[in-house]
Amino acid sequence: MKKLINQHPGKAGRWFLGLLPFLLIALIYAGASNARLAENPNDKLLPAFASFVEAIDRLAFEPSKRSGDYLFWQDTLSSLKRLGMGVGISAAIGLTFGIVNGIIPYARANLSPLVTAISLIPPMAILPVLFIVFGLGELSKVVLIIIGITPFLIRDMQQRVLEIPGEQLIKAQTLGANTWQIILRVVLPQVLPRLLDAVRLSLGAAWLFLIAAEAIAATDGLGYRIFLVRRYLSMDVILPYVAWITLLAFVIDYVLRFVSRRAFPWFHPAKGADS
Amino acid sequence: MSFIRIDHVFKFYGDQLVLENLHCSVERGEFITIVGASGCGKTTFLNMLLGTEQPSRGRILLEGKPLAGEPDENRGIVFQRYSVFPHLTSLQNVMLARELEHNRWCGYAFGSSRRAARREALDMLEQVGLAPAANKYPQQLSGGMQQRLAIAQSLIRQPKILLLDEPFGALDPGIRADMHQLVLGLQRQQNLTIFMITHDIKEGFYLGTRLWVFDKVRIDPQAPNAFGARITYDIPVGKTSPSVLDDINTNLTETVPAQPA
Repeated sequence: MKKLINQHPGKAGRWFLGLLPFLLIALIYAGASNARLAENPNDKLLPAFASFVEAIDRLAFEPSKRSGDYLFWQDTLSSLKRLGMGVGISAAIGLTFGIVNGIIPYARANLSPLVTAISLIPPMAILPVLFIVFGLGELSKVVLIIIGITPFLIRDMQQRVLEIPGEQLIKAQTLGANTWQIILRVVLPQVLPRLLDAVRLSLGAAWLFLIAAEAIAATDGLGYRIFLVRRYLSMDVILPYVAWITLLAFVIDYVLRFVSRRAFPWFHPAKGADS
Repeated sequence: MSFIRIDHVFKFYGDQLVLENLHCSVERGEFITIVGASGCGKTTFLNMLLGTEQPSRGRILLEGKPLAGEPDENRGIVFQRYSVFPHLTSLQNVMLARELEHNRWCGYAFGSSRRAARREALDMLEQVGLAPAANKYPQQLSGGMQQRLAIAQSLIRQPKILLLDEPFGALDPGIRADMHQLVLGLQRQQNLTIFMITHDIKEGFYLGTRLWVFDKVRIDPQAPNAFGARITYDIPVGKTSPSVLDDINTNLTETVPAQPA
């Protein structure tokens, strides 16, 4: 018998073991839901799976009686647009300032303390400021995401740039490169895959800020809907929405990882650990 | 006028004297191998030639002009590690210097200049025996192949001086012998001026046309930092009897324990 640390499950075994906890949770939920519904058919706390299907069917495939929109898709689209804009703008700012701070000592001396200070501000604490300054429209929600994740991205990118071995920068200079060429040909291509990694890490926070902003001031969006139907204890809407958000987050993460593997083969060793 | 003139160069770190009064000249086409105990300032000297460190006193002249205070295309370098760019294939690594030269703005060459750079780089890869690996990334290459690539990359811009900082230190003995042949061949063919640091005095004797030994001549036990290393031997290789080699070897091994950690 091999030691436990040397025993590896096969492919089928991995799938089974990975799916098992999900199945267990679903089973426990179904059991608890049945028990409660048997006692009180109008119980709203743990709706049956059939109610989820019914609720999503109503929101996703029937136009809303009030506005004529398909609310589910409308919410998804609005949220993804805000998330995409927020994360995209943050990534661009993070990349630019991270590289400049990392490679140019004068810029680092000048900007690094500021970035550190900003990163310590709790973004939710200045949400009212954003609503006052940018109004209740789209802008303040996007800005909340930007303020929430950009300092992290800048600092992470700066760190990645500083991690590039000094030998490479010297080597580039002996090949005749000037500062701008070093940024463009040595630094930028090497930190792009690391930017994708950092974005993947920051997506959790981005969703948090998005839903918080939507909960407080919005007229559509996944977070808005969840907080709206909370008033009616509509667990049959809330739980599928949460599952949907989780699925979206998973898909975005998967796509970013896929893009990184495709675009930067040198960054992913042929048989490395799954990142 | 000599090609490189090292003119009364001193290097201090604070009150610690590392190198004291280096004074010599080097002609084009010389292959200088530098040996010495660790911590005796060999790498500091190489860094001054490279431009990442400046002499505290004295100056280093290349063709009569002081060396630039930062690395530039006059000097090529191969480090022990991290000399090649992991995000570029072998071919792109070698083409890089030409691309940087052709397009000062974005550092990518296009059209005919790109094709010329590509041809030249392929020739260079052929010379160092890497043509079959032209489209591989450095991480797919062995340590020896990476160093071959680093040499090819450095030579394409035809630097006036090639600096090698223990380039073969991490390689297996067999591969090391291959690399010696490669470097000797390239040096004779292109009449390169090379400075190479090595730990292996036999390697130094075999490769160089001139061997420098860095060592502290004077050691004051009360003030170990008061004196720096000098070039204690400056030997034209080939005209030296093997007994000198043994002499240096024993000398070096004797002084090593005397070095403060």
